[in-house]
Amino acid sequence: MLILGVESSCDDTAAAVVEDGHRVLSSVVSSQDDIHSKFGGIVPELASRRHIESIIPVVDSALLKASVTIGDIDGIAVTQGPGLVGSILIGLSFAKAVSFVRSIPFTGVNHIESHPLAAFLHETQEHEPPDFPFVSLIVSGGHTTLLLMESHTGYRILGQTLDDAAGEAFDKVAKLLGLGYPGGVAIDRLARTGDPDSARFTRPYIAKGSLDFSFSGIKTAVLTHVRGLKGAIDEKTLSDLSASFQEAVVDVLVDKALWALEATGSANLVVAGGVACNSRLRARLREAAQQEAIRLFIPPPKFCSDNGAMVAALGYHQIKKGATGTLDMNALPTWEGF
Amino acid sequence: MPEPRVYRTDSPEKTEELGEKLSREFKGGDRIALVGELGGGKTRFVRGVARGLGSKGFIKSPSFTIVNIYEGGRLPLYHIDLYRIGRADELFEAGVEEYIYGKGVSIIEWADKVPSLLADCTVVIRFSHAGETAREIEVAGGAG
Repeated sequence: MLILGVESSCDDTAAAVVEDGHRVLSSVVSSQDDIHSKFGGIVPELASRRHIESIIPVVDSALLKASVTIGDIDGIAVTQGPGLVGSILIGLSFAKAVSFVRSIPFTGVNHIESHPLAAFLHETQEHEPPDFPFVSLIVSGGHTTLLLMESHTGYRILGQTLDDAAGEAFDKVAKLLGLGYPGGVAIDRLARTGDPDSARFTRPYIAKGSLDFSFSGIKTAVLTHVRGLKGAIDEKTLSDLSASFQEAVVDVLVDKALWALEATGSANLVVAGGVACNSRLRARLREAAQQEAIRLFIPPPKFCSDNGAMVAALGYHQIKKGATGTLDMNALPTWEGF
Repeated sequence: MPEPRVYRTDSPEKTEELGEKLSREFKGGDRIALVGELGGGKTRFVRGVARGLGSKGFIKSPSFTIVNIYEGGRLPLYHIDLYRIGRADELFEAGVEEYIYGKGVSIIEWADKVPSLLADCTVVIRFSHAGETAREIEVAGGAG
């Protein structure tokens, strides 16, 4: 079964063609160079109404790269929430229109729930997927959530951030250090030569065993620390601060993922979301997985950050179950529970 | 306009309590600007407002989604964050003005990023650091 996945919950418009919920025939994101050139320039980073302009070229490009036509598509999966309401509506309306015209089913998926499905995706070479139930840490600029995935379409929320997302803390700390956007990449790079013990920021665990997160305080702690420094901040200090901040965030993410595995008795961990591209987080997770005999799955960066393929993967299982959408279905910018 | 009121809170919890207290003054159509640097306590303040209004759902940072919608209380609460907005036309592109000028209470973090919007707010609340956990909060406009 061929599913067209459409994702427009935030800044990027993305589309993908996926077969049977795992084999990726194509995956296109609007920030990609070949899409930019269609507009004769850069697509603005934040412009939800631009989704209107990019959705058709992005879908066309996905169909072309998959060597299929819209007539070959058996169903459409689209992000229904959570996210920016105006952005979600564009993808959702598009999916409804195509579904209506082509008489094929469509289904609305939860963006956060779709992230772990990236672990099942592959292009040419098939790989061993995780076993259910598995724990998934979804960590990005908008979300920091621990889910227990009981099946492809069944999950339980184990914990989530009470304030800022981890990626948001990276971006905001980068900004106050004058490192620019996207902050995660800049901090990751600087931290490689920095001393992670140069400043000891309090790890926000909330309580022993708690699976919720709180990253708002650490941003204030970095600000207070920077204010206490005398004179100009040199490159060495920037690297040390980046490394110390990053280590504090990574400590909490790794420990809570391990606590979640312990609490649920699962030995399979899937880590997804844009922050899963952070090199220190990846290294520390690999270390922990080896020590604790955990099967660790971190999808490649293109399937970790927002993409249409993960949406198609979850949508495939929803459509197979008969969980299809109706034309009066609405966007859920604030999805209950998240 | 009456003189601005100045409050001093010594912890994030107290900032939240102040939000809850001030929420009683808010009415439908109010546009409340929150101005102040990172870590000023703005999101905590909004959490207090939500509690005061009786809104359902847990208040989280809307930096990524730009607007979070909380209903089920005395008035709908639109928690808007312009942190990622660079210019006034991006505000239009993000499609949030229908919330800002909606029937509920809109609370706008980083409203000073769009000066024309800041000038159009019914209440302007400024947050500044007055110590590691202490904050000075100045409220201009609204019920004095």
